[in-house]
Amino acid sequence: MTTSVEPQAPASAAEQFALRQQSPLQRVQHLLHSHPALSPLMVLIVACIAFTIINPRFAQPATISIILQQTAVIAALAIGQTLIILTAGIDLAVGATAILAMLVMANLAANNGVPGGLALLIGIAVGTACGFLNGLLVTRLNLPPFIVTLGTLSIYTAIGLLYSGGASVGRNQMPPILNLMGTRFAIGPFRLTLGVIIVALLAAVVAFILSQTSWGRHLYAVGDDIEAARLVGIQVDRVLLSVYTVAGLIYGFTAWVLIGRAGTASPNAIVGANLETITAVVIGGTSLFGGRGGIVGTILGALIVYAFNTGLALAGVDDQLRVLAIGVLIIVAVSIDQWIRKVKA
Amino acid sequence: MTTIPPTSDLTEEEKDKVGLGNPPILADTSETVLSGRGLIKTFGRVVGLDGVDVDLFPGEVLAVIGDNGAGKSTLIKALTGALIPDSGHVYLDGNEVHFKTPQDARSAGIETVYQTLAVAPALDIAANMFLGRERRRSGPLGSVLRMLDKKGMKDDAGQSMANLGIATVQNMSQAVETLSGGQRQAVAVARAATFATKFVVLDEPTAALGVKETGQVLNLIQQIKAKGLPVILISHNMPNVFEVADRIHIARLGGCAGVITPKSHTPTEAVAIMTGATTLAKG
Ligand SMILES: Nc1ncnc2c1ncn2[C@@H]1O[C@H](COP(=O)(O)OP(=O)(O)O)[C@@H](O)[C@H]1O
Ligand SMILES: [Mg+2]
Repeated sequence: MTTSVEPQAPASAAEQFALRQQSPLQRVQHLLHSHPALSPLMVLIVACIAFTIINPRFAQPATISIILQQTAVIAALAIGQTLIILTAGIDLAVGATAILAMLVMANLAANNGVPGGLALLIGIAVGTACGFLNGLLVTRLNLPPFIVTLGTLSIYTAIGLLYSGGASVGRNQMPPILNLMGTRFAIGPFRLTLGVIIVALLAAVVAFILSQTSWGRHLYAVGDDIEAARLVGIQVDRVLLSVYTVAGLIYGFTAWVLIGRAGTASPNAIVGANLETITAVVIGGTSLFGGRGGIVGTILGALIVYAFNTGLALAGVDDQLRVLAIGVLIIVAVSIDQWIRKVKA
Repeated sequence: MTTIPPTSDLTEEEKDKVGLGNPPILADTSETVLSGRGLIKTFGRVVGLDGVDVDLFPGEVLAVIGDNGAGKSTLIKALTGALIPDSGHVYLDGNEVHFKTPQDARSAGIETVYQTLAVAPALDIAANMFLGRERRRSGPLGSVLRMLDKKGMKDDAGQSMANLGIATVQNMSQAVETLSGGQRQAVAVARAATFATKFVVLDEPTAALGVKETGQVLNLIQQIKAKGLPVILISHNMPNVFEVADRIHIARLGGCAGVITPKSHTPTEAVAIMTGATTLAKG
């Protein structure tokens, strides 16, 4: 009732009650409801200030540069994860897909004599195909995304290991184009990689598509209330299939960033990707129930995870306490989501 | 119970026009906006529709009443593509149509407000009004970048709501979940009224509402009628039906127990026909 302006005086006591002033807490609730990325932004700012007070080295450009480089890969994967979680799904095969795509591009170029550019494209196509298959299973067989991606997690991991024989491909075995994302350069005092810039661009493009196109709007509607989306004529299955496919494309593309970051293509890279991407998405304020959240929050969420890693390490805190702190953040983020979902008129 | 003599105060011509009686006098489909003829729909051994005929005339509010399970929703679904009848014909403006999906009916100008409302709670009012038929910006921003015309849609949503006299919701950027039940209903009805070009169907729009909000929805129905759009209103609520309906189609046990008007019968008589306590004399 905040904006309802009825000319006549409220007729009943209940209506007067409904028109009462909002308490400060309710205002916060409304603010977070319309801007879900605000809470991770606050957490990030407060954490950065606290870490800098504890250890001023935290705010040095060198430290910040490292945090950004560390964040890039998980942030990129988390963008795909965000799209899927917004539809009320989940992707447990995110790491397996990226690794399979990476192994394909690296091995094709290093061992099968495929030109670097072509190997790269084939690798990205494999990632896209993995996402497409997840989407097909979710939409055609009506299986829950959790189960589908739990299955394909094992399948894609096994295929990657069988194909690569479990061996890594070193930097020097790969053509320069595959290592391109690791290219370092300086912006002022900051030392960044091309991968960081590309991931930032990727985030901007996906955020734009989500907020400015019908595809983005339909994606939110499907996650919000799938039956309503169907009734208003949105082709729900097509939206879902496209979301899983685009996520696969993003994972395939991220494989390229990953090679640049790691310097090798190893089957053991990013083992924690599943949980880390889900953590970034959840801390970033995207609801696991679908329909609300977005890319900005996810990037903030990923930054929070790595800022905590570095900040607590610089503060001399035990590694287990860092893990504990991330766990607390997850619980708090989900509780906040539950609270703002109860927002009333 | 005795049989209620129908329509004693109406002339023969008027009776013909309203299609009173059992079975109702069938109109020429070229005079109706929508007609269903001999609609049959079975669900296994359950008979949902047992050869039902129905007519919707230009500019009228047709109420469909009946007990739970009488086949009201099934009738509506068979007319609007949500169900495909096993047998029978549907005519829109005199031409036979074969809707396969609700989308087909929408494309033909028929808008349905489902009992479940079909709104996305987290999206705002403007987004919900245009959900599934978003408008793009003009020029390369729309054609190349595929950008939505958010401002235009917001303005038009506000305009539609204002035209229907919905004053209690003014901020089109408000998420639908922050609205009251009646306001949500108003959004769904406004959406239907805005995009319908043939007629609007409302399935139990007041079932979950309080007295005041019900009044607002009835007012909306009058507004739609004033725009010249016919309305099919499914309802359980006799006072509501008798307030807004021009004709009343009484569904019973998958069939039609007759068609009456608020002038020809009282609510008590309508309930008696609806429950089978009395039958309409053959017209
Ligand atoms: N999808 C369905 N499957 C099986 N039976 C159905 C289905 N839809 C409706 N029915 C049956 O058809 C009859 C009419 O239902 P319905 O049209 O929903 O009634 P109303 O809307 O008048 O309450 C009921 O007996 C109902 O159980
Ligand atoms: Mg019903």
